[in-house]
Amino acid sequence: MAPALQGLLTIVIGIGACLAYFFGSNLLLDTLFPPRGPKAGRNTNIANLIRPWLFLFPALFALGLYLMYPVVETMRLSLTSRIPGGGYEWTGLDNYTQMFREPKFWEAMRNNLLWLLVVPGMATIFGLLAAQLTDRIRWGSIAKSIIFMPMAISFVGAAVIWKLVYDARPAGQDQIGILNALVVWFGGEPETWLTIPFWNNFFLMVVLIWIQSGFAMVILSAALRGIPEETVEAAIIDGANPMQIFFKIKVPQIRSTIMVVWTTITVIVLKIFDIVFAMTNGQWGTQVLANYMYDKLFVARDWGIGSASAIVIMILVLPILVWNVRNARREMS
Amino acid sequence: MNNIAGNKPALVWITHLSVAFMVILWILPTLGLFVSSFRNADQIASSGWWRALFPTEQTLTLRTGDPDTQVQQGDLYVIEGNIFADAGEGAPEALTAWGTSSRAVSAYAPGDVAELNDGERLTIEADGAYRMESPQQMEGTRGQRVFVTGSVPPSLTFDNYRRVLFSGSTTDGMQKAFFNTLTVTIPATVIPILVAAFAAYALAWMDFKGRALLIALIVALLVVPLQLALIPLLKLHLNIGIGKGYMGVWLAHTGFGLPMAIYLLRNYIAGLPRDIIENARVDGATEFQIFTRIILPLSFPALASFAIFQFLWTWNDLLVAKVFLIDASGRTTVMTAQIVELMGTRGGDWEILATAAFVSIAVPLFVFFFMQKYLVRGLLAGSVK
Repeated sequence: MAPALQGLLTIVIGIGACLAYFFGSNLLLDTLFPPRGPKAGRNTNIANLIRPWLFLFPALFALGLYLMYPVVETMRLSLTSRIPGGGYEWTGLDNYTQMFREPKFWEAMRNNLLWLLVVPGMATIFGLLAAQLTDRIRWGSIAKSIIFMPMAISFVGAAVIWKLVYDARPAGQDQIGILNALVVWFGGEPETWLTIPFWNNFFLMVVLIWIQSGFAMVILSAALRGIPEETVEAAIIDGANPMQIFFKIKVPQIRSTIMVVWTTITVIVLKIFDIVFAMTNGQWGTQVLANYMYDKLFVARDWGIGSASAIVIMILVLPILVWNVRNARREMS
Repeated sequence: MNNIAGNKPALVWITHLSVAFMVILWILPTLGLFVSSFRNADQIASSGWWRALFPTEQTLTLRTGDPDTQVQQGDLYVIEGNIFADAGEGAPEALTAWGTSSRAVSAYAPGDVAELNDGERLTIEADGAYRMESPQQMEGTRGQRVFVTGSVPPSLTFDNYRRVLFSGSTTDGMQKAFFNTLTVTIPATVIPILVAAFAAYALAWMDFKGRALLIALIVALLVVPLQLALIPLLKLHLNIGIGKGYMGVWLAHTGFGLPMAIYLLRNYIAGLPRDIIENARVDGATEFQIFTRIILPLSFPALASFAIFQFLWTWNDLLVAKVFLIDASGRTTVMTAQIVELMGTRGGDWEILATAAFVSIAVPLFVFFFMQKYLVRGLLAGSVK
């Protein structure tokens, strides 16, 4: 069967089954506990106890199977090793100790830390700058669209785009990468940017900053507009200059939004995979955790260490997870 | 706030200039790839894409006519013609220099006479007309090799797109990958919406024990790295017989997209006016009716926001497709995976790479520019709270 037809059929069956389930289960509930007759009151109460779970069941089932079960299972796998010839045995923390002995793992940890220090901060700063500046000019919305645009581009597409920017030809030839063309134009020597140890990490980070700044800008721009005008007007009357207004009046008022942006990008950074995979595949000292894990899983086929590195990513995400949950609970109460 | 303070002319100019600078910085990389996708391999290799709109100086290797086209004029054997006759498209209109040795490609100016072996003499005019004469009959099967330098007018071509989209080539062609990507994307976008909408309604408007806990759980699952899910789910898919294929990738995208879907939709549905829902309940509408007749139509903006997100995310995804979909045969490859493949096998062939990348970028960009409103709204609902 043609995949397109199969896809269409899946949509129809999927949606049909969903509707049939929701409709049927509600109908069944109303038949078993009719909200009429002598026991109408009691029946309604019972039905109201059950109905939310009918609505929630498919979603909870999918979440449980696709997100919660894997967390537990990955944790279990990270404590086992494959026995040659088939099967698994319990090996405790062996996978972790073995992983901690690998220089490539520490390289990935160091790089992820660098990414964490640079990317969320830079993207937030650029986003804040763009939000503040574009709000004040007439063609600001066009500028915003352009800065926001990379959000729609895949990490792989962005990798191709930036590989062309970083392209290097031997000295003396015409450079076709714009970065080297500029360097040569200013009288420098062309460089193969992606192979310079340590600094190549920053050239990869630029790609993610380029993508995420637009996201930061959109959200911070909305937050800036939400600032009560009286606070700004009062500051002006008190003789504050534009810099002071921005840093002392506006930024403190949107601090919580800045935190949301920063943490969102931090989570993306911790999971960053495609950019590194497509541009260097972790060579020349650019390994990151997610790509290290992919290598372990699908190249080295070591599921134990692969799972262990996934757990490391999970542990790094955990503080943000807790922070998010606490925020959400505070808002609801 | 624009009409007050801080609007000194100098500051306004600085604002305009810095925004312009940022915009240029942000658009240049994409523009470079876009322009490159309309240039042929020679053009890309010989000059930067920013020169594409201006004439470029190029050196071509051409040949004079074969010796069997020579005619006898008096005591001389002569070959005449135009050097650009066989140069095809992209040939210079006029030459500025020429040469006969690869070590001195621009040894002669137009009109100069070059002395070759055996007393042969060659002269080429600026318009490409040449005359080669020799006291004795010229031999060999091919004409004299000539290096011609001239300025080539800018030319852009759709050939790359023709090759990538319609040639059906298994290595360069993106046709199959394009449809595979579409096959992954559409069910993976549509299926989670309905499931999430029901759950979101229950979490927003139904009272039951454990509701707050469930919402907290959804918020927690929002950031769980999907890296954790790869091995257990792949094992699960292999065990229950789905294996690697479309069904697996649809289910995986559905599962991974649900927390975001439920979170976005719940925030929106919880903000709908209480009166509408209470009135309907008083009028005796069942919860199912309230959901399908009132909630779903009213939530259209939120549904659209999530659909755009999920579409962009599944279309642009590489990892989930590589793990759950693409098997060893590679028949079900998606565009992102094929582009990574191309980067490995044809890393230097920018014309193919740029075009393939742009084919895959084009659809999300289209969606982005036409539905930016919903995208922005979704982002705001998802993060500012």
